[in-house]
Amino acid sequence: MALTLTDAAAARIKTFLENRGSGYGLRLGVKTSGCSGMAYVLEFADQTEAEDAVFEDKGVKIIIDPKSLVYLDGTELDYAKEGLNEGFKFNNPNVKDSCGCGESFTV
Amino acid sequence: MALLQISEPGQTAAPHQHKLAAGIDLGTTNSLVATVRSGLAEILPDENGKHLLPSVVRYRLGLPPQVGEEARAALTEDPHNTISSVKRFMGRGLADICKGCSCSEYDFAENTGSDSTVPRIRTVAGDISPVEASAEILKILKARAEKTLGGELTGVVITVPAYFDDAQRQATKDAAQLASLTVLRLLNEPTAAAVAYGLDRKSEGVHVVYDLGGGTFDISILRLNRGVFEVMSTAGNTALGGDDFDRTIAQWLAEQAGLGTEMTVHKMRVLRAEACRAKEALSAVESVSVSVSRDDGSVWQGELDREQLNILIDPLIQKTLSPCRRALRDAGIELDEIEDVVMVGGSTRSPRVREQVGEFFHCDVLVDIDPDKVVAVGAAIQADILVGNKPDNEMLLLDVIPLSLGIETMGGLVEKVIPRNATIPCAKAQEFTTFKDGQTALAVHVVQGERELVSDCRSLARFELRGIPPMVAGAARIRVTFQVDADGLLSVTAREQASGVESSVQVKPSYGLSDSEIEQMLRDSMAHAEEDVAARNLREMQVEAGRAIEAVESALVTDANLLSAGERARLDAALEDLRVQAEGSDHVHIKQAIETLNAASDDFAARRMDAGIHAAMAGHKLEEFS
Repeated sequence: MALTLTDAAAARIKTFLENRGSGYGLRLGVKTSGCSGMAYVLEFADQTEAEDAVFEDKGVKIIIDPKSLVYLDGTELDYAKEGLNEGFKFNNPNVKDSCGCGESFTV
Repeated sequence: MALLQISEPGQTAAPHQHKLAAGIDLGTTNSLVATVRSGLAEILPDENGKHLLPSVVRYRLGLPPQVGEEARAALTEDPHNTISSVKRFMGRGLADICKGCSCSEYDFAENTGSDSTVPRIRTVAGDISPVEASAEILKILKARAEKTLGGELTGVVITVPAYFDDAQRQATKDAAQLASLTVLRLLNEPTAAAVAYGLDRKSEGVHVVYDLGGGTFDISILRLNRGVFEVMSTAGNTALGGDDFDRTIAQWLAEQAGLGTEMTVHKMRVLRAEACRAKEALSAVESVSVSVSRDDGSVWQGELDREQLNILIDPLIQKTLSPCRRALRDAGIELDEIEDVVMVGGSTRSPRVREQVGEFFHCDVLVDIDPDKVVAVGAAIQADILVGNKPDNEMLLLDVIPLSLGIETMGGLVEKVIPRNATIPCAKAQEFTTFKDGQTALAVHVVQGERELVSDCRSLARFELRGIPPMVAGAARIRVTFQVDADGLLSVTAREQASGVESSVQVKPSYGLSDSEIEQMLRDSMAHAEEDVAARNLREMQVEAGRAIEAVESALVTDANLLSAGERARLDAALEDLRVQAEGSDHVHIKQAIETLNAASDDFAARRMDAGIHAAMAGHKLEEFS
């Protein structure tokens, strides 16, 4: 069970955390909603719960609750630029189908 | 696959529910748009990586208007159809604009319709109002933000100079509406700058924001108290900025090159561009070469060094310091209480400006964030909070009331209840009383303005308090409470303390204020200060005279028998004289007549008192009174 970050993603997360001035790490997760079943959660984490799994990759702590981990195992988080827009991208091997915009997915 | 941003804990939006917000600095010279992504505020560049959008709009025949760099490039060749520094015209009347020197550059259309106060600039694409031109700039920024963020904007925060009055703020909101933008809030530029510097993360202190932009100068004194910003005072000059530096330098260039005073618009713009280039270069180097082509085709070559530049711009920098003094005085702040000065606006890049400002305030000047971008960054941070991307409102930014709020009192005078520059939300109460014996109703007339007479102020609302129990004049205690909430909504409540009868009204202070009205009112209050004092004295004296006459008359009705015929005649003469004087316009004469009447009635009053006591004590024993 593991999650990884690309260099670009790790660098951006570090910058954002530094800028924010506080925060333990980055919380990833999934929640049920959206047009195609599941949606990703990407938040700053100020605290961890007892059951959370914590990974560390390239100096960044990633926190995931055990239920989400099932859906996200093996995911690589990337930071990409598309035209003027830029942001994070989940490369999730578990995804079978996602909605047109990619904001939600099914496994 | 959509690109995601990091949210605050628990704030992840549902798919397609992202709340996109942006901060817009709608500047006189340049405009910017910024947003917060993954907790970091950034200025959004265009396709060419440029952050600043020149606030210039060029109208063309049969083609959509050009905005920004292209329009600015056309300034010299197509001056009449190219509108720059449009912010100076926002919410102002034609007369106000012509007081400045900038109106000569544009062909303002004659007032034709009912909407007489809004100036329109004649272009090939028709007559354009400043609001429409501003909307064009906002549309470009909106498109840039939506393209970058990949979705529609939920709302924006647009910054305005703290000195902007309600009319100018309303014009800015109108422009946003024309550009189909939802305005979350208009934020004062200095407050935005302070937010950008993270001054809100300190616990407390007094901060000064010195904002010298292209066309406007603002000085604001903010107090931070337990994470809450309070604008203590603001002052400024809506017609002073880097443009004036350019104009002064251009004049110097014209003199040096031996050009006449008569110049075409085109020539003036060329000179200004050269002046601007030289000024900007001198922030980094000690001396710069300048050239001006004369009408006969020859070219004048010269040098402009920092020393000469300083001589030229020092008077303008000095002009910024008098609003600084005023703001300090309004805030009641001593120089040693100030922690730092935030520098905003491109003109604060000038080393001379930094030096003079640092000297004036005796403290450090903050220049780390690009002075052109600092306001937009603060606006973006605020927009992010307002749109709900933060778990709780981490800061509450307080605004100020632009003009004093008060009520009408006897004689058509204004009693100010909430003074200008008071921070909102706020509530103030004052006690009033009845003027006549047995008065059972009180008309409350709510007005806004700085002048002493109601007729010179803006009427906001009227309501009546009825059911006051009959009492002698001055015995009723009526508490009038003014309350302004965070959105600037005013409610006024009048309550008679003894009986508890109550009446109230809600008003929006800016409601119905036409262009330039507020500004005119402010200006009037300064221009007519002496007149106003005289008018107030006169009215007060007239009210006093009325009271004296009434008192004597009612005494005569009951106790005329206490007077001898001679005394009665003297009293009647004094009464008559006072009646005549009260109609006149000299408060000194009225005062004298009141004194004469008082003197004439002194004995009468004493005798009435004796008679009253006598009547009260008759038939009682002395012991009953001890």
